[in-house]
Amino acid sequence: MPAEARSDGRIVIVGASLAGLRAAETLRDEGFSGELTLVGEEPHPPYDRPPLTKQVLLGRVRADDVGLPRRRAVEARWKLGVRASGLDLYGKKVLLANGEQLPFDRLLIATGTRARPWPDPDAARLDGVFTVRTRDDAGRLAERFAAGPRRVLVIGAGFTGSEIASACRERGIEVTVAERGPAPLVGALGGTLGAFAARMQRAHGVDLRCGVTVTGLKGADGRLTGAELSDGGRIDADIAVIALGAVRNTEWLAGSGLAAGPRGVACDAGCRAFDMYGIVTDDIFVAGDVARFPHPLFEYQMLSLEHWGNAVAQAEVAAHNMISSGPHRRPHLTVPAFWSSQFGLNIKSIGVPTFSDQVVVAQGSPEEGRLVAVYGYRGRVTAAVSVNRAKWLEHYRRLIETAAPFPPGPGAADRPESAEPVPSDVPDPKVLSHGPTVALTGHLPDRRLTLVRPGG
Amino acid sequence: MTGGAERGADRAGMQIVVDLNRCQGYAQCAFLAPQVFQLHGEEALTYAPAVPDDQLERVRGAATACPVQAILAGEQAGADAG
Repeated sequence: MPAEARSDGRIVIVGASLAGLRAAETLRDEGFSGELTLVGEEPHPPYDRPPLTKQVLLGRVRADDVGLPRRRAVEARWKLGVRASGLDLYGKKVLLANGEQLPFDRLLIATGTRARPWPDPDAARLDGVFTVRTRDDAGRLAERFAAGPRRVLVIGAGFTGSEIASACRERGIEVTVAERGPAPLVGALGGTLGAFAARMQRAHGVDLRCGVTVTGLKGADGRLTGAELSDGGRIDADIAVIALGAVRNTEWLAGSGLAAGPRGVACDAGCRAFDMYGIVTDDIFVAGDVARFPHPLFEYQMLSLEHWGNAVAQAEVAAHNMISSGPHRRPHLTVPAFWSSQFGLNIKSIGVPTFSDQVVVAQGSPEEGRLVAVYGYRGRVTAAVSVNRAKWLEHYRRLIETAAPFPPGPGAADRPESAEPVPSDVPDPKVLSHGPTVALTGHLPDRRLTLVRPGG
Repeated sequence: MTGGAERGADRAGMQIVVDLNRCQGYAQCAFLAPQVFQLHGEEALTYAPAVPDDQLERVRGAATACPVQAILAGEQAGADAG
């Protein structure tokens, strides 16, 4: 059956967060006049997650106040507080956990991720053990921070864990960070910026323990009392925040026949989902953190990006393609980008820093606390990360988009001789506590960066 | 601005979100609506997503003045959700 542009019919969007919302708005903007339904597992209308580990934990913004502004009215049926439990590709129906069935003509999957839980479910239930993914999580943790805990243990030093540690120090709360890898942020940014992040955390009074695993959480009377470390150490803590990365919400698609699994839902550059045979579907689309898509700038590796900007951009492309046909469809080609603020620093990234073999500090220096690190792979620029130098990133975006030679020419440097590139030292994700927020889920010819997490 | 339970999810007031990929720390917003936008350190922007009613005009001004047009202000999405 040939795909035809259709601006009527029934569209169901599963996932009522950033990607689902922006897709719904784009559909209406581009003339979709049919019936639109959004399904969300959380009882809340769409809200913004980045403030949860920043303003909310700092006590500056209430967790209830992080709702997203709309771009336009979407005239949709909202089904909030109900989880999708299955997909019937033959009958073209989404099954909901409450027994309801939602027939569709086209479907957008935007179910995102959830926090990876602590592996021991009994310990995870102890009072004082938290994950931070939802606004309810962040609201409860902010209350505990306000009550003045003796010590917080953060397990995992990726972006989420590091931002939580930063909020603790800013509030004057003692915090220990435990990370199995060699440094904070090393999984996303490699060795040079990992070492910088470690110095920054220690300078702000974080008790940073790298190269250790938390072997057990200890409790008494149902309350957390501390944790044991693989080096024999013991931490007394009344709060533990599990920041081990995210799990993609794909279980509801098990057995559906789609190419969905722990790495996400595979789709083409136009956001059309693949089925289990690798055949592209024509009426099932994917966007946001749950999607896994090929990117031409990164050798058509399948990328999974847990990025705010990707959720927006991919949702817009998916929505456009849902109501467009053939050559009118667009590819999702934006250069990946994200930001993090922690310890008073603004960290921004463009490109894919883990897609690299070398890195050079092209501007500034770790000593100054402001810098731009440029990443290269096989002689071309693939990413740049700025610390308090955000205005320079546009320049590097152009270098990435044009596959400019690495190391970059002196035009971009702020000193006569360029620093020497060094190995980017991106570790295998398996050695880290925290899951990567960017997962290269294909293969590189010279390295394995495959992310496989059994039991996720 | 009201406090307490009537704020939050069911609130029909103005919400904002800043595209912090786009933001370059020009800080025009922090000058024009300092109760809503603040720089945290040299260039990291923080803001209050739920705009207090007495700040609406200032926030509209900040959104207009932003050199990179990174601020989106509007009614809360899904406020009509049943």
